[in-house]
This record gives sequence, structure tokens and C-alpha cells, in this order.
Amino acid sequence: DASLTEVNSFSPSVPISPSSMINQYKFEDAPELRDLFITVDDPESHVTAIETFITYRVVTKTTRGEFDSSEYEVRRRYQDFLWLKSKLEEAHPTLIIPPLPEKFIVKGMVERFSDEFIETRRKALHKFLNRIADHPTLTFNEDFKIFLTAQAWELSSHKKQGPGLLSRMGQTVRAVASSVRGAVKNRPETFTEMNNYMETFSQKINLLDKIAHRIYKEERDYLNEMKEYGPVHTLWSASEEGVADSLKGVAGCLDRCCRATEKRMAALAEHLLPILHEYVLYSEILMGVLRRRDQIQGELDSKVDALANKKTENDLFSEEIGKLEDKVERANNALKADWDRWKQNMQWDMRSTFTNVAENNLRYYEE
Amino acid sequence: MEDCLAKKMEITVSEAEKRTGRNAMNIQETYTAYLIETRAVESQSEGPCAPVESLWRRYSEFELLRNYLSVTYPHIVVPPLPEKRADFVWHKLSADNMDPDFVERRRIGLESFLLRVASHPVLCQDKIFYAFLMQESGWKEMVNETGFQLKADSRLKALNATFRVKNPDKRFTELKHYSDELQSVISHLLRVRARVADRLYGVYKVHGNYGRVFSEWSAIEKEMGDGLQSAGHHMDVYAASIDDILEEEEHYADQLKEYLFYAEALRAVCRKHELMQYDLEMAAQDLTSKKQQCEELATGTVRTFSLKGMTSKLFGQETPEQREAKIKVLEEQIQEGEEQLKSKNLEGRDFVKSAWADIERFKEQKNHDLKEALISYAVMQISMCKKGIQVWTNAKECFSKM
Repeated sequence: DASLTEVNSFSPSVPISPSSMINQYKFEDAPELRDLFITVDDPESHVTAIETFITYRVVTKTTRGEFDSSEYEVRRRYQDFLWLKSKLEEAHPTLIIPPLPEKFIVKGMVERFSDEFIETRRKALHKFLNRIADHPTLTFNEDFKIFLTAQAWELSSHKKQGPGLLSRMGQTVRAVASSVRGAVKNRPETFTEMNNYMETFSQKINLLDKIAHRIYKEERDYLNEMKEYGPVHTLWSASEEGVADSLKGVAGCLDRCCRATEKRMAALAEHLLPILHEYVLYSEILMGVLRRRDQIQGELDSKVDALANKKTENDLFSEEIGKLEDKVERANNALKADWDRWKQNMQWDMRSTFTNVAENNLRYYEE
Repeated sequence: MEDCLAKKMEITVSEAEKRTGRNAMNIQETYTAYLIETRAVESQSEGPCAPVESLWRRYSEFELLRNYLSVTYPHIVVPPLPEKRADFVWHKLSADNMDPDFVERRRIGLESFLLRVASHPVLCQDKIFYAFLMQESGWKEMVNETGFQLKADSRLKALNATFRVKNPDKRFTELKHYSDELQSVISHLLRVRARVADRLYGVYKVHGNYGRVFSEWSAIEKEMGDGLQSAGHHMDVYAASIDDILEEEEHYADQLKEYLFYAEALRAVCRKHELMQYDLEMAAQDLTSKKQQCEELATGTVRTFSLKGMTSKLFGQETPEQREAKIKVLEEQIQEGEEQLKSKNLEGRDFVKSAWADIERFKEQKNHDLKEALISYAVMQISMCKKGIQVWTNAKECFSKM
């Protein structure tokens, strides 16, 4: 109970203390303490004069006080998810926002409305919302709440509010400018380490993703050849007398092998491939987060430089600087905490995924 | 099989050596020679071991031996030689005759050939075969002196020639169909197996990439590092294991190939029967027509149209003396023909009897060998799975420690 209230009163202006961080971990590991349950299902196709699109049903069950009801059911389309993600990024530039499934996979040559594609996307969207729900900060984000609860027209009108396109563009311009100005100086050691880590990690995870896909392909090719192998033996048994039973036996075994291979492949597609893909996206996100942190720091640094040069209007400036310093501090801490959390998660994910792969292989060989 | 050579003598093809020499056309060539070692087996295990005798032979000499045996014992299903050129290869296997793995598998095949001949109740007693094992020089001349090449019916060489046989032994016709089916199905199986092996190789080898990337990744991880590193090691082990597995499978493929070629030998026996039957029927036909002619001349009636009959009608009858002479010649021919037919019939029946006996022996051998081969294949697969289980159990442990 105590841990819950502590988290509930969490506000961005207070740097996180180690003890509350531990509580956050517990918050994730113990699903009984969860008070927000989200499912994404039931994809439906909608046809209008202009376009065809898919909506997904988002069901939310919660015991939280700030929610008016305990159950919500809304329909959302991919665009809405994109909107949510960008709002979260805006509000928390140095927090790690979970990845969304890509818009349209051209490489995989998957039909935009194929069942496979829709199902993969649905699963990814489900994961996306749940990761947000599990995040100690993001879960209380106002836009998130609106996303989960608002009716379609409410959401559209809410979307239209908020900083307009121009101000958003302004932000981007400033961001680019500051990054060009070399925001890398004054970067605390921790973040340089993170950057280096992310570069290598990103490389490796991309490789793993490719390898896993390659294995999947090789297995499929293997399966195709194996499908012929059993029948050949059955054919042979037709012309034999003494050996016919043995041959039929072998044919039966080979067919079982085929089925076991199919199971293995399905497990790969279900568990390993999506996770690897998610972390490929994550690595991109993290690089982005690190860049944004650098930007914020860059802002601070430039103001500090300006102060050093001007030496006038100390009070105003130092207040501004103070604010910026806070901002940087917050950003840094948020990132650090989130980073650790992310790594924990990643570790756990990788562990369970690969263990799963191992188990599947064991099952395969045992069969 | 009480007196067969295999029981009295140990035969092995123990080594293979690359050699260069000049061939019949005086052109330099490289070939492989195989060492045949023989040793008499003492009936008591206590007795001193007899000395090992040995000589070198090359593949072409084995071929000569086999050709001799096929011609000399047409009713026997003669064991086949291992393939001349590597066939049914999957991509990692070389098709080169000089490749050491191919040479090794051929060595085993040649040994198997010799052992099969030595265990055959009829073939093992052949003197040329014995000389092949014991006498290095002058053997070729000895074989050629038997004049077996003259006996070889050139008609058999025309593989697709069909003989219109009216009354073949039904069993042989069925057998021929069977041998065709066997050839076709084993070829098909070997092709599919080669493709499956190729793909399996791919699956295993790509896992090796895991090993490399895990190892690189572990360098940047703290808690996960050890787990990743050791898991990567297991992936490497997994990827490497496929080489041995597939090599073992090649031996299984060779066992199947032997029966692919045996099907050919079986077919040859059937065709020899066909040929004999054809000759028999031709001879019988010839005899019948001669008898008819004789009758016509004797009675003066023309039952069937013949040019001679017509011409004699047109150009005048023959004299009685001429007719008598003709009849006499025909009667002699008929006599000869009847004797020939009798002996041919006898030959044919003997052939069918002894051939069928050998075919029954062959069928039993085939069933036994194929069963064993399939069992060994299953054992191989089980062993492969056990290895897989071991690797992935280890990997799982490493992963869970991450």
C-alpha cells in the first residue's frame, strides 16, 4: 500500500530516490499490484469514400480513482497510436517510450491488410499500451488516459488542441540547431557510456534479428524438402513385401518430424522474432532519447555560456539557468532510471525469449 | 553358405593410394589404387595367425571382374560395384573422384563388393575371382583368355531393345517391373535425402552466427555477459555438429545406392531370361514353319501362301527327285531343330530354376539389409536428436543465467 501511494504522488519535479526505484521494480514484477489492464483485439475494417483502414478494440479495466469508470471500451486506429506516442515523447523527452509497430513493412512484402500483418500489428499494439501502463511515469500521463477512455469524437477534438504544428516545428528546428552546435561537450560520463553501449547494442540486435529471420527461412526450406521425404518411403513400401512395414514406419516418423519442425517454426515466429524486432526498434528509440537528452543539456550549456559572457542580469538568468539545470537534472535522472529499468526488462525479455527458444528446440528434438 | 570363401578367409580393402601411370593409349593419368588384403582364417581361434597376403587393384580391374562374373553366371544376381562417379551430391559434398571422402566411401564399397561375392555360394568358387584376390600379375590376361567377352550377348547391351516374347515366365515379368520400380523409388529417395541434407546443413550453420554475435554482445553486457558468452559457445558446438552427422548419413546413402545398383543387376537377369525365351520361341517358330514346309512338299498342298509355291505354280512343278531332296534336307533340319529346341527348353528351364533360387536368396538378403539400413538410419537420427537435446539444454541453462 505504502509503495502505491508513493508512486501515485510521484511528480516530475522530484528526483527519484533509490528506494522508490526499487519499489518501481516491485510494481512491475508483481502483477497483483497492477491496477490497469489493457487488451487490444478485434480488428475491424472500415471503408469510407476516401480510405480504408483498420480499427482495433481497446478494452481497459481499472481500479484507479482518477478513472471515472472501471471499464472502458473504445476503438482506435493506427493513427491514434501514433498521436499518443508523439504526445508522450513531447511530454517526456528523455523517457524511453515503447516502440510502435512500423507503418508498413515493404521489405517483408506483406499485404497491408493481410491477416498475418494485422495480427502481428495487433500484438505489437497490445504490447505498446501495456508497456506504457507498466511504466511508473507514463502510466499517469493525461493523454494516455484520454486515449484509453475517450470516445472517437472526443479524441479528435482533444487532438486538435495542444501545441500546433508550427510550434512543434520550431522545436524541431531548435533541436537540429543545437545538435549541430555539438551538444556532445559536457556530457556526463554515464551518458557517453550509454551512447557507446547503445551503438554496439543496436548493431548486435540488428544482426540477431537478421540471423533469426535467416534461421526461420532455412527452416522453412528444410520443411519443404522434408514434406517429400516421408511420402517417398510410403511409395516404396507399396512395392515391397518384407520391408514394407519398416518403410511405413520410417515414413510415419518423418511426417512427425515435419510436424515438429512446423511447431518449432511457429514458436520462433511467435516469440523470438517479435521480441528481437521490438528491441531493434527500441535501440533506435534509445538513440533518439540520448540525442534529446544531449539537446536539453545543450540548451543549458549555451545558456551557461551566455551567462558567463554577459555577467549581467544575473538574477533573471540564474533563475532561468536554475530551471534549465533542474530540467537537465530531471531529464538525466529520468533517463538513468528508465534506462536501468529498460535494461532489466530487456534482460528479462532476452532471457525468457532465448530460454523459450531453447525449450522449443528441446521439445522438437524430444519429439 | 557352408563352404563359401568368406568363412575361410578374411578379406579387406584396407588402403587407397593415388598413383600416376600410363594407360592403354599411353597417356599419363592419375588413378587410385586399392590394397586388398587377405588372410586365411584358422578354424581354431588358438592357432597362429596366417600371414596376410596383399595386392593392389584399381577400379577398372574390379569392373573387369564384375563383367566377367555377369557374363559367366547369367542366372546370378551379381553384386554391384560402388558408383563410378559421385552422384546425388548435396552442395557441400564434392563430386570429385579424387576427393578423399569419396575415395574412402568407395574403398568401403569395394570391400563390401568383395565380401558379397565371397559369401555367394556359387560365385565364391570361381577361380578367376580367387585369382583376383591372390594373383596380382597376369590376372588380366587370365580373364581375357576365358573368352567371356565372346559369350556376352551384344543384344543385352541395347538397354531399350524389347523382345516380343509371347510366353515369358510371369514371375520374371513381375520381377522386372519390381526392379524398375525399385530403381525409380530409390533414386527419388536419394535425391530428396540430398536436398534435405543440404537444408539441414543450412539451419545448423546459421546458428553458428548466433555464437559470434552473442560473443560480441556479451562484451558490452555486465550481468548478461557470462550467460551470453557461454550460450554462444554452445551455438558454435551446435553448428559444428552437423558435419559429423551428415558424414554418417552418407554411409546410409551408400547402403541405399548399393540396392539401387542391385536393381540393375536384377533387371539384367530378367532380361537374360527374356532373351533366352525369345531365342526359344524363335527356334520353335522356325521349327514349326519348317515342318509345315515339309508337309506341304510331301502332300503337295499349299496351305499357306508362299512365294516359292507361287513361282513353282507359275514356272512349272519341280521334279519328284528335286522334291525328295528338299524334303530330305528339311527333315534333317527338322531333326536338328527339334534337338536344339529340346536343349534350349532344358536350358531355359534350368536357367529359370537356378535364377529363381538365386533371386529368392537375393530377396532375403535385400530385406535383411534394408531393414538393418533403416534401423541404422533411425539410430543416427536418434543420436542427432540426443546431441541436439544436450546442446539446447546447456544453452537453456546459460540463457536462464543471463
